[in-house]
Formats: sequence, structure tokens, C-alpha cells
Amino acid sequence: MNVIYFIMQQTFFFMMPLLIVALGGMFSERSGIVNIALEGKMLLGAFASIFFINQVQSAENVHLDGHPLLLLALLVAAATGVVTALLHAFASITLNANQVISGVAINMLAPAFAIYTARIFGETNTQQVFFNNTFRIESVPVLGSIPFIGPMFFQNTYITTYLGFLILIVSAFALYKTKFGLRLRACGEHPQAADSVGVSVYKMRYAGVLLSGALAGMGGLILIIPTAVNFNATVSGYGFLALAVLIFGAWKPQRIVLAALFFGLLQAIAAGHSGIPALRDLGIPVHFYRMVPFVATLVVLAITSSGKARNAAPRAAGEPYDKGNR
Amino acid sequence: MKTIINKVKGSGAGLSILSSGIAVLAGLLIGLIILLITDHTQAFPAFQTIITVGFSSIRNFGELLYSATPIILTGLSVGFAMKTGLFNIGASGQFTFGAYVAVLIGVRAEFIPPSIRLIVSVLAAILVGALWGAIPGFLKAFRNVHEVISCIMTNWIGIFLVNFMILNTIFDETRNSTMRVPGDANMPGWGLGELFQGANARPSSVNSGIVVAIAVAIIIFIILGYTKFGYELKACGFNQNAAKYAGISEKRNVVLSMMISGGLAGLGGGLHFLSGAGITMNVTDTLSYEGFTGISVALLGMNNPIGIIFAGLLIAYLQQGGFQVQHFGFVPEIIEIVTAVIIYFCAFALLIKSFFSRVGRKRADVVAEVEQVKELPKIEEEGSDK
Repeated sequence: MNVIYFIMQQTFFFMMPLLIVALGGMFSERSGIVNIALEGKMLLGAFASIFFINQVQSAENVHLDGHPLLLLALLVAAATGVVTALLHAFASITLNANQVISGVAINMLAPAFAIYTARIFGETNTQQVFFNNTFRIESVPVLGSIPFIGPMFFQNTYITTYLGFLILIVSAFALYKTKFGLRLRACGEHPQAADSVGVSVYKMRYAGVLLSGALAGMGGLILIIPTAVNFNATVSGYGFLALAVLIFGAWKPQRIVLAALFFGLLQAIAAGHSGIPALRDLGIPVHFYRMVPFVATLVVLAITSSGKARNAAPRAAGEPYDKGNR
Repeated sequence: MKTIINKVKGSGAGLSILSSGIAVLAGLLIGLIILLITDHTQAFPAFQTIITVGFSSIRNFGELLYSATPIILTGLSVGFAMKTGLFNIGASGQFTFGAYVAVLIGVRAEFIPPSIRLIVSVLAAILVGALWGAIPGFLKAFRNVHEVISCIMTNWIGIFLVNFMILNTIFDETRNSTMRVPGDANMPGWGLGELFQGANARPSSVNSGIVVAIAVAIIIFIILGYTKFGYELKACGFNQNAAKYAGISEKRNVVLSMMISGGLAGLGGGLHFLSGAGITMNVTDTLSYEGFTGISVALLGMNNPIGIIFAGLLIAYLQQGGFQVQHFGFVPEIIEIVTAVIIYFCAFALLIKSFFSRVGRKRADVVAEVEQVKELPKIEEEGSDK
């Protein structure tokens, strides 16, 4: 039983960043902007916020730690993500540039910028940024002591796990039950139609991309805090994995959460399988677990991209908006 | 001379070079600004080093040619696909796969004599790269999967697969990377290293790989520009439906394009790790740098094979500068920032191009109108004759 609890707790550590970043990608792609820059946005969000935590924790006259610091860091991460997303949005919306190319540029810029800044401005002149993990919750009061449910969901956890669920609910509501969501989706499906009824396609797309930046930035921090002891200028491809989650989840929040759960579970197994006797005896190499999400996404794409099921992807995603088109 | 200039103007090559030049200048400018913010006392000497280091000594120029080899090939890979309407961002995975198989054969196939082993391993690198590239090609042609997405997936599958295979075949635990390919199974030097040697007779790492890369670029240039096959591939890139209507098998061509593109990246991987410079493949969970740099090289070279040779040299030139700025207390990643900014500006190269062509056209329009006016009476005369 303990093994199951352990895997479940680990799964949340990997699932939440994937969920949040994929939801970010959803807002961007449903507005019509392809977002392969999630990795870069995640990385810069993680870098800025871990650097912030590092500075605050090492400052002598600032007594801020624990959850208030984490929440502030989340804001820093979100703001960094938004700034990064602005680069992407400016190129791909205002200038009608190729969305994939500007995404590649951001993905390339992010690690280089993180290493450069860390080595120039960090105290240790290394690319690693260290932090004290003072954010773990051993057990949530009252809820943590419930049998079964307690160890599953409320022990050895982080406040970010619950934030992830909150973001999921708000995102789903915003996408399906608000005027904003309807307009956003219209811009991703048929921007000319949206424009014809007075929706500003440019504004909606900016909103989508900037939202994706904020969520991806936070996702970066949320990945690093529980799963690493320092930030080493990488988010190990989790931005691309979130893209896979987004596709596997068919651009819909209710399916994205399931995809994130599935991929998160595989990552948790990959990370901790040597400590779990039953899995260790299976002898499946760790690379396999890490490969499966990408293979699964390819298979799903191969099945759903042609024929009747073609409707999954937003139809106008990737196309610069041209008012003159019909 | 004048006719050449006119020809360049007519083909739009001048505009291409101009917009690439603007992207490079923008990248360098932002690099300089970052250097200034970091340490304004050392910024200008460091910047000067970046600009001049590639030509500062013969040996540095040799090193430049050496590091240009793989990125010219990945650049050709991306550029070739782009010419045929496909965005191959899977060059990283194809590069890694080609590299792995080349090293595997170089290390393990001891039953083949070294010189033949070299040929076998290079051909195998091309083949494996082509097969890895064929997957997104097939998915695009027959299942309508966008190649950008499937390339991202195959990149990561490739990394984990290659890591797994390295650990089980040619892993050297003491150095935490692959074993070394024995010297005579590597690319021959052809005396290039000695030709571009340093002051203390230390040869540079350049080898026959650069000659192969340039030769391949020329072959691709000929295929794309002067053969029926290349024309068909390009036609599919311009308009798949029109190509189909003209009797071109567009599905077959998409797969072929991706295979050639993948083969080029695989060749890049093979040549890079058979360079004899002592580099080995590390087991890390990161996409290969050369694969992604290929995208910048292709964009900067405007997808033209000849342009890609120069773009590869330019990026390699900047990399040389990156190693040197460390002497001034800067971090070599400044070059990657510059490269990323260059790609970013390449993203709206079209915008720059259309801006300048609009400016150019206005002038051309005026000239044309004047000439029309001159010709007008003549036409009327011809009309009155009838």
C-alpha cells in the first residue's frame, strides 16, 4: 500500500506542471497560435523564480520563507512567462511571422539566457541555481489524517498541487462558459468569422499567448520545486511533453487532465522505479517509461489526424491571421 | 558584372542576403547590448574578439571549418525539407541516430578493415537518419499528421532510444560517454589539419568532412535547381494539389523529401563523431545542439544550399568567438543568445523582404510607367494602320 501512496504522491509532482503548462498551450493554440515555445517559457519562468527564491533566501535582512515566498515566486514565474510570451506574440501575431520559427528561437534563447545570467549574476559562478526546499507540506491538517484519501492526496504534497486543480477548473470554466472562451475558440477555428462579428482577433490571440506564457512560467517552477534540488538551466523536455499532453488531450481541458495524469504516472515510475520492488523486477529500462508518452502521442496523432476525427486540432492554428482571406 | 547584379536583383537573392544580413546585425547588436550591461569595461574588446577571431589565426580558421561541418549538413537537412514545403525540426533526432550508428559500427565492426569500415559507417549514418526522417514523412503523407509535431515526438523518442542503446552497446563507464572510434576508422584528415595549424605546429581539427559537406551542398543545389526530380519535390512544396494534378505522386515525394532530409542530418551526425577530434557522445536528456542550429543555418541561408554553406560558416565563426570571450570574463552562451536572436529576426524575414521589395517596386513602377508612356503613341500608330 505504501508503494501506491508513494507513486501517487510522486505522480502529482510530475502531473501538475504538465497539466498547467498544457492548459497554457491550450489557450494559445485554441486562439490560433501554435506554441512550441512552451519549453522555453517554462524554463525561463523556472529560472527567474528559482533565482528569486535563491536571492531572498540568501539575503540576510529579508525574513521571508515558506509559502508566502512560494506564492511570490509563482508570481515572478508567471510574469517572466508573460514577458517571454510577448516575444512570441509580437512576432507571430503583430508581424505575422512563422509561429514555429519564433517558437524555436525562444526555445534556443531560454537555456542560453538562463546559463548566462546564472553565471554572471549568481554568487557561485555556476549555471546551477540552488534553493532551500522549505515548501513541502508533510501532511495537510485534518485532511491528511483521513485513512486512504489522506496519504493519497494530502500527505507529502505541495500547495502547487491544489493550485493546479484550481487552474484546471478555472480554465475549463473560462474556455466553455464565458464570453472570453467562446471568442477565443472562435479565433482559433475561424478568425474571419470572429472578426466579422466584431471580435478583435489580434487581442484574443494576444490574450491566449500571454495566458500560455503565465501558465507555462508557473509550470516551470512547479516542476522544479518538488523534483529537483537545484535549477540546472533545463526543464528536461517537459515543455515538449506538455505539448504531447495537449495533443493527447485533444485540446480539451477534461481530457488534458487525464493525459497529464497518465504521462505524470509514467514519469513518476521512470523516476522512482528502482525503489519499487515490483517494478524493479520487471526490468523495463527507465528510458522506456520516458519514451512512452511520445510514442503514444504519435500513435494517437496517426489515428486521429485524418478521416472523420479531424476536428481535434483548432483549425486555424498556425495560420497568421489575414483579414483579406475568407 | 552589371548583368550579374541585375540577375541577383531579379531572382530576389539580393533581398534574401539583405534580410539575412539585417537578422545577423540585429543579433550582434543585442549581443553587444548584453555584453555592455554585463561588464561595460570589457564589452568592446570581447565584442571585437567575436567579430575577428575566426580570421585571427590560421588554426582558428581550421577550427571554424571543423565546427561548421555538422551544422552545414543539418542546415542542408532543414533547408532541403523547407524547399519542398516541409519543416523538419526533427534534424536533432536524425543527427543523433546517425551519429550513434556511425560510432557503433566504427567501434564494434572490427571485422571490417578500417578504411572500408569508415565508408560503411558513414553510409549507415545516412541510412538510419533517412529512416528516422521517414517516420514523420509517412505520417504526413498518409495520416495527415503535421510534420512539426511528429518531428518533436521523434526527436525525444530518438534521444531516449539512443541513450538506451548506447548504454547497452558502446558505453564507456570511465568517461561516461561512448567509446572512442579507433583512429584509422575516422574521416581522413587529408592534411587539412596541418594546413590550418597553429604557431606551435598544433594541427586544427578540420578534416575531410568539410569537403564532403560542401560537395553535398553542391549536389543538393544541382538536384533542386536543375533536375526533374528536384523540380517535382519543389512543386509538391509549393502546392500539393497542383502537383498531384500534374501527375506527380505527392505522397511518395513527401516521404522521399523527409528521407533525404533525414539522411543529410544523419550524415552530419556521422561526420561529426567520426572527425577523429576525440569527441564522443554523452548520455544526456538534451536535444543535440547541432540539430537545432541547423534550423538557424537554414533560415539564415534562406534555404539555398550555397547560402547554407556560408550561413554554416558564419554561425561557426560566431561559435569560435564564444570560446574566446571567456578570456574577458564572459560566458560562451552569449553566442547562443545571439544565434537565437538571429533566428527570431529570420522569423519575420518575409516582412523585411516585402518591405524592401515594396520600396524597390515603387521606383521600378515609375520607370516602367515612363517607358509605357514612351511606347504609347507607337501602339496607336500600329492601331491606325489596320
